Amino acid sequence: MRIKTSIIFLSIIFVIIFFIFYKGLQNPNIYTPSVNIKKNIPSFEAKIFGTNNTISSKEIFKENKFYLMNVWASWCVPCQEEHVFLINLSKEENLKIIGLNYKDNIKKAQIFLNERKNPYEIIISDPNGIIAIEWGAYGVPETFLISNKKVIKKIIGPLNRNSALEIERLIQ
Amino acid sequence: MASLIGYYSLIFGSCISFFIIFFSVKNFRDSLIFDTKIVNFTFLQFIFVIVSFLGLIISFVNSDFSNETVFNHSHSTKPIFYKISGTWGNHEGSLLLWLLVLTLFILLFLLKSKEQNKQYKILTLLIQQIIISGFFIFLIKTSNPFNYIFPVPEEGMGLNPILQDPALAIHPPILYLGYVGSSIIFSSALAATSLNYISIEWAKHIKQWVLISWIFLTLGILLGSIWAYYELGWGGFWFWDPVENVSLMPWLALTALLHCILVLERKLVLTSWVVILSIATFTLSMCGTFLVRSGILNSVHTFANDPKRGLFILIFLFCLIFLSLFIFIFFHKVEKKSIRNFFWLSKETSILINNWFMMYFLSVVLVGTTYPIFLEVISSDKISVGPPFYNKLIIPFLIPFLFTMAIGPKLKWIKSDLQSKTYLILFLIISFLLSVFIIKNITTSFLMNSVLLTSAFYLFFITLRDFFNKKTKNLSQNISHFGFSLLILSILFNNIFSTEVITNLKIGETYQSKNLNIYFESIDQKDKQNFKSIKGTFNIESNNGDIETLKPELRLYNQPNIVTSEADIKTNLLKDRFLTMNLVPNQEYFNIRYQIKPFMIWIWLSVLLICLGGITSLFKKKYED
Amino acid sequence: MKLYKYLIIIFIIFNFNLPNAQSEKLQSKITKNLRCLICQGQSVYDSDSEFANSVKVLVEKKINNGESEKQIYGYLEDKYGEWILYDPEFKKNTYFLWLLPILMFFIGGAIIFRLFNIKKN
Repeated sequence: MRIKTSIIFLSIIFVIIFFIFYKGLQNPNIYTPSVNIKKNIPSFEAKIFGTNNTISSKEIFKENKFYLMNVWASWCVPCQEEHVFLINLSKEENLKIIGLNYKDNIKKAQIFLNERKNPYEIIISDPNGIIAIEWGAYGVPETFLISNKKVIKKIIGPLNRNSALEIERLIQ
Repeated sequence: MASLIGYYSLIFGSCISFFIIFFSVKNFRDSLIFDTKIVNFTFLQFIFVIVSFLGLIISFVNSDFSNETVFNHSHSTKPIFYKISGTWGNHEGSLLLWLLVLTLFILLFLLKSKEQNKQYKILTLLIQQIIISGFFIFLIKTSNPFNYIFPVPEEGMGLNPILQDPALAIHPPILYLGYVGSSIIFSSALAATSLNYISIEWAKHIKQWVLISWIFLTLGILLGSIWAYYELGWGGFWFWDPVENVSLMPWLALTALLHCILVLERKLVLTSWVVILSIATFTLSMCGTFLVRSGILNSVHTFANDPKRGLFILIFLFCLIFLSLFIFIFFHKVEKKSIRNFFWLSKETSILINNWFMMYFLSVVLVGTTYPIFLEVISSDKISVGPPFYNKLIIPFLIPFLFTMAIGPKLKWIKSDLQSKTYLILFLIISFLLSVFIIKNITTSFLMNSVLLTSAFYLFFITLRDFFNKKTKNLSQNISHFGFSLLILSILFNNIFSTEVITNLKIGETYQSKNLNIYFESIDQKDKQNFKSIKGTFNIESNNGDIETLKPELRLYNQPNIVTSEADIKTNLLKDRFLTMNLVPNQEYFNIRYQIKPFMIWIWLSVLLICLGGITSLFKKKYED
Repeated sequence: MKLYKYLIIIFIIFNFNLPNAQSEKLQSKITKNLRCLICQGQSVYDSDSEFANSVKVLVEKKINNGESEKQIYGYLEDKYGEWILYDPEFKKNTYFLWLLPILMFFIGGAIIFRLFNIKKN
């Protein structure tokens, strides 16, 4: 009897472990923190790009429009690819694009914008990357869609056709 | 061409399994004499695998990019030593190495077990063949090292430059010798269980295999840590990274098994536990292989993230587990209870306690490594389990563990009282005073540190005294335990007394503090075989006027496009000086990190000492009995 | 045997503070406990990536602001989730993580204890 119960007991345990590992295999391994969706945007103060003046988040996000906050840098290769989509989106009436220039060299960033056009209403500087952390970003590029001072969508990595279309859909 | 030969050799080798199994089963029932044909076929299988392996090596050396594996992991400008070691530095090649060692070891086992029972040999071989066939199928179906690509690319994708290091080149072969050794123990234990052959004679026979496996596993782990220290540039050698844990778990089980075998070779006790440990060791090795190669865990050095491969290993692993459970439950006969006559203060007690603690440490590492997987599947929470967890759970338990190691072997085999207690207590007092004196200026966690240090010193002094005591019989145990105490002491001193300076310097600048000056003298740029080298020269002056010159290097590789930072490390018996330099983007200065790490070399030496104890035991066997 | 158990319990009760390098500042301690999110298995302390450097600056700033270790961990956990902390907190979802090994320890002790009790009787 004891043998039978121990067999059943052990078999069940191992079968459960097997299934857990099996399911574990299916999970993607790239971590995308989803903690920031539907959260309020952080309040912060930052220097306006290319000047010594500071601006607060209150002032940046004061209007009742949709905002797109884009973390970018001149040294970031995928940012170059997504720039086209940003230019297109900047034409939308009820969307304002804010740029967060992440750990960048000001001259190189300006050259970047001169070469590719500037889709940003306002650009703020983040030389230390601290403001990006406030937003829960950890790399470049990352983009946040904001409405009513809340983050409603977060895109990690460069924008592409699909994500750009989805943004357009969401701002209607 | 070499790849073609390699491929067909692999196929032929897998076919030999049928012959081996056929003749083995036939011989099992038939005559009383062991059929030498079986050994011949085992030998033939080994030859096929080694030819296949050589075929892969030659493809790498010739930079034959029509072979997909070579294309993915090599480059024509790679130095030849690393072309060769690149053979096993990838998923497919390393599996071929596994197969090579598997077939080699079973051959050696058969050759060295001539006096053993025929049925036992055949069953061991059969179970081992199950494992070997599994690997053959896995290799040929999902991880073929000889895939042909057309059109043939001009150049390969290159090997990660971090892997181009001597220690890392020999780390896999040594480690696999340890893992595969544990497969022999696994097969042998299951075979012996089925035949009710678990006995003192079996323990004596399997002991050498346990020792060999254990020695190589220890060395393999040591090499991995040495590589991490010298190559990865952060000055640490153990990070409780999943891949490291995965090699530590079989080691813990194997060490526990080794101690149990030491009991079993004299007395017929603990038989069930020995079988369970034998099963567990290899299961943990395979489980580790699964965790590392399936992409289920996020780590510094995962191989390939292919869930299909992961699924195969998972199924294979659980088949092995169910097979062993089946054999254990249905065939194992527990020894008669009357034989079990332990007494309180006997040597067997201390070995039991050793096992108790080993199993605890094993469960800490196992739970810590696999819990995030379970949690994520069940609740979609993703957590990290890192060094703080392991430190908190392991360090406090090291204290009683060290004390037991010191006192345990002193207790005689059967029933004894503690004689001549005086030196035992004397050493304890000395250890305590010494520890308190050494760390009297340290304010953080004084109590924990002092007790830990006391226990480590205690073991140190006792084993040292035993070494010089003519009455000591067990030299190998003495050496290994002494090595272990030295390891703990070195790690403690290293942790407590390491210092570090992080600063930014331009060429010509000097960093000054009250203990040292670091002068950034110059930079030297050179073009090397497959990278561009930027070497900085730093002069470091310490308080007593000694000047040491260190030259850390930055390497800009072209294939793949990576920048690595090579630390310059000056080692002497007392401490290591460790200097790294890093580029800071958009700036003219470099980020410098200078560490002084005391007793680093003793950490490596102590692990070598532990191995030496095992080697001594291996050779002493010939003179015993 | 009981002596061992008591000794162990006593030591567990004490703080699990570990041997630290004497010159280690609070910043080092904290950043060693944080995972670099864009690296494969490195702490923020050991990593040189952009993200790691930003976090180091942030931690330094917060320390200078007088924030405690716990507050800093809490802030980062709020932004990035538990994944960034290497020291799993003792929460509902980690009870088993911390308690399973301890449980194994006591089970092992109980087995051995029983072995000897059989002998005594």
